Amino acid sequence: MPQLSDLIGSFVDDKICYDTGYQAPSQPATHTTQPIVTGSSVLGLKYKGGVILAADTLGSYGSLARFRDIRRITTVGKNILVGASGDYSDFQKIQELLEEVVAEDYCLDDGRTHTAKEIHSYLGRVLYGRRNKMDPLWNTLVIAGVENGNSFLGQVDLLGTQFEDDTLATGFGSHIARPLLRNAYNENLTEEEARKIVLDCMRVLFYRDARTIIKIQ
Amino acid sequence: SISMNTQGGFTFDLCKRNNFLQTKGVAPPKSKKTGTTICGVVFKDGVVLGADTRATEGPIVCDKNCEKIHYIAKNIYCCGAGTAADTENTTELISSQLELHRYATKRQPRVVTALTMLKQLLFRYQGYVSAALVLGGVDSTGPHLHTVYPHGSTDELPYVSMGSGSLAAMAVLEKDYKKDMTEEEAILIVRNAIRAGIFNDLGSGSNVDICVLKKDSTNMLRNYETPNPRVPRREAGYTFPRGYTEVLNEAKENFNRVEIQDAPVPMEI
Repeated sequence: MPQLSDLIGSFVDDKICYDTGYQAPSQPATHTTQPIVTGSSVLGLKYKGGVILAADTLGSYGSLARFRDIRRITTVGKNILVGASGDYSDFQKIQELLEEVVAEDYCLDDGRTHTAKEIHSYLGRVLYGRRNKMDPLWNTLVIAGVENGNSFLGQVDLLGTQFEDDTLATGFGSHIARPLLRNAYNENLTEEEARKIVLDCMRVLFYRDARTIIKIQ
Repeated sequence: SISMNTQGGFTFDLCKRNNFLQTKGVAPPKSKKTGTTICGVVFKDGVVLGADTRATEGPIVCDKNCEKIHYIAKNIYCCGAGTAADTENTTELISSQLELHRYATKRQPRVVTALTMLKQLLFRYQGYVSAALVLGGVDSTGPHLHTVYPHGSTDELPYVSMGSGSLAAMAVLEKDYKKDMTEEEAILIVRNAIRAGIFNDLGSGSNVDICVLKKDSTNMLRNYETPNPRVPRREAGYTFPRGYTEVLNEAKENFNRVEIQDAPVPMEI
């Protein structure tokens, strides 16, 4: 006599029995447990009237320098930058989400677009929600922008930790570059000075981080 | 069974006992780590060593002003990171071995001698002696700066940093180091590197110690800088000027009758 367990994984259509090949899983479903193609550090520094971001253009496949010219900093709208370290495919997903946000702004057509602070908040909620579902987007994001002459610089990581600061660095840069950025920061930096500081930090990171290359964005 | 204690090195018999005790809920005592920033730099005439002064027991600061730059010989000093007992005792042991060696050779001790003694000791203990050292000194062959890792490997470099704050210190050293610096420049760069460790690493803190080693002189600058002073609250105590306390209301009562009682007479025993 056919048992219920025999019927699981099959369905009947006009008295013909199909077997879909479904088998009960022996282990629970798992999601992202490790990042695959990764980017190293992203640096951010506020200066008078603006913000500067820097990252190298390497996508590492473990210890292999696989993709030597990827862009880890993207623009959102006209005056917001989002940089990412961590898994590159998850960053591409985040870029799609940000494009949807920009498209929504365009369609609403009410003279107002999302500000950097709002994008920071949005990404923070997205990443936190994904972490709670135990399926994180494995990135640490740096969001930078300028509104009415005020510069904004914030960070969100794969756990959903959100904060703002005058200087930011993700990954290895948080140990190596952050002390240098903190020492050099003051409220009246010019763009030239900020650029020089950030380039110095990228140079030190190239010396001491094994997962970097000399080309930067 | 015959014990092989005469061989030296470690016997691990008590590990079984410790594991058993842990299953019964008896936790072993936490070792005092130095959680440190130490660094060294070679300049034109010698070597500058620097260290912070915080010693930690897990997340607690157990010594706010400990000495991490240890004496090995008059011309050789050693900064130590890792377990405080290990760094202290290892450097003292090598210091006395080196003194005996000096009597035998009748010469000023060389940095490479201390280096060889340290690395042979640490390798013999296979990394169980958790001492990461920055060894610097000036001898007849010139100024030398070495690092020694807990497993016994060594490096000779013009600038080095070790400890939990080593990345912060190394960032500053990488940025500002140049060959053939003067003594002032070298002290400044070491002081900046230790400050980067003190302010950006939670395992390091308090003050900056510096040691300058040159061909014919050694200058130990203990507490060269104290960027974290304890701001005293009024040490002389508080004085309250008259009228400081607000009087809410006043009540006066006159006593017309005053009775004086005789002092009580003690009981006769």
